[in-house]
Amino acid sequence: MSELKTNLPASRDESKTVFGFWVYLMTDCVLFASLFATFAVLRGNTFGGPSGADLFSLPFVLGETLLLLTSSFTMGLAVLATQRGLKTQVLAWLAVTVFLGAAFLTMELTEFTNLVREGNSWVRSGFLSSFFTLVGTHGLHIATGLLWIGVMAAQVYRRGLGHATLRRLTLLSMFWHFLDLIWIFIFTIVYLMGAVQG
Amino acid sequence: MSRDYHSKTASVTAATYRAYIVGFFLSVDCTLVAYALVVAHLNTGHQWPSDQVLLPIIIFLALAQFAVQLVYFLHLGHETSPRWKLLVFGFTTLIVAILVFGSLWIMNNLNYHQPPGGTDSYIIKDEGIHK
Repeated sequence: MSELKTNLPASRDESKTVFGFWVYLMTDCVLFASLFATFAVLRGNTFGGPSGADLFSLPFVLGETLLLLTSSFTMGLAVLATQRGLKTQVLAWLAVTVFLGAAFLTMELTEFTNLVREGNSWVRSGFLSSFFTLVGTHGLHIATGLLWIGVMAAQVYRRGLGHATLRRLTLLSMFWHFLDLIWIFIFTIVYLMGAVQG
Repeated sequence: MSRDYHSKTASVTAATYRAYIVGFFLSVDCTLVAYALVVAHLNTGHQWPSDQVLLPIIIFLALAQFAVQLVYFLHLGHETSPRWKLLVFGFTTLIVAILVFGSLWIMNNLNYHQPPGGTDSYIIKDEGIHK
């Protein structure tokens, strides 16, 4: 019954909101593209310092990647549970997503801390400046997303599932999937290609 | 009528569950294959697969995973016409391509016109760095 309510009347309005958010995500794409371009230009400028091949641990980064990818999947499951009106399931999947996302962010911050402690911070070389800017901007998006998921979960818990909740959860899931899309390229270009080319 | 609508919704939902699972496993596959190839490359001392083969493959795998997630997770191409989402996406792809390839092209060209070691020695002199 709740499906009838959520799917029919507001669908027009909803599609406009979703489209507007899609346009925002595309402008965020351009932001990341400029950071990727900067990284691609500066990646060889190590100024006598260490290169990507010297610094990055591939198994560690693979772990980060799988965490984020799984969290993207569980976020999708939360949206599907919302469409079916299963409140407990929604909250459970959101909790799993927050847990995986927080684990990813913790790993990333650990990597950053170790780099800075070893004297390889953003001031070391052009390569490291662009690395910290690109990966750090993604991390900042993840932190914002985690905050958003927390607020969303509180809203679902207190107000239950309705039109507004479904719409907001849809936007949140788009944002989260988008961050995983960006990470594919960070994983490939920064880490994998960094390890291959030195 | 209500029952008709209901069964239709149920089948749509089932289809989406399948879509998320398929999308997830394809994405994991792309990630693991790319990772395994790079590890093989490093373990054989950059011999197999060679640079010229490996780089196009991992870039292709990244683009494939990108496409998989766009379709299965972000539902791109599932809208009815007019397809505004797809149009905006196409335009963004154009901007991104110009931004990235344009930057690389121009900066490589600038590098080509610099005297060898020129920039480094200027910076070292101006900043008072002793290498």
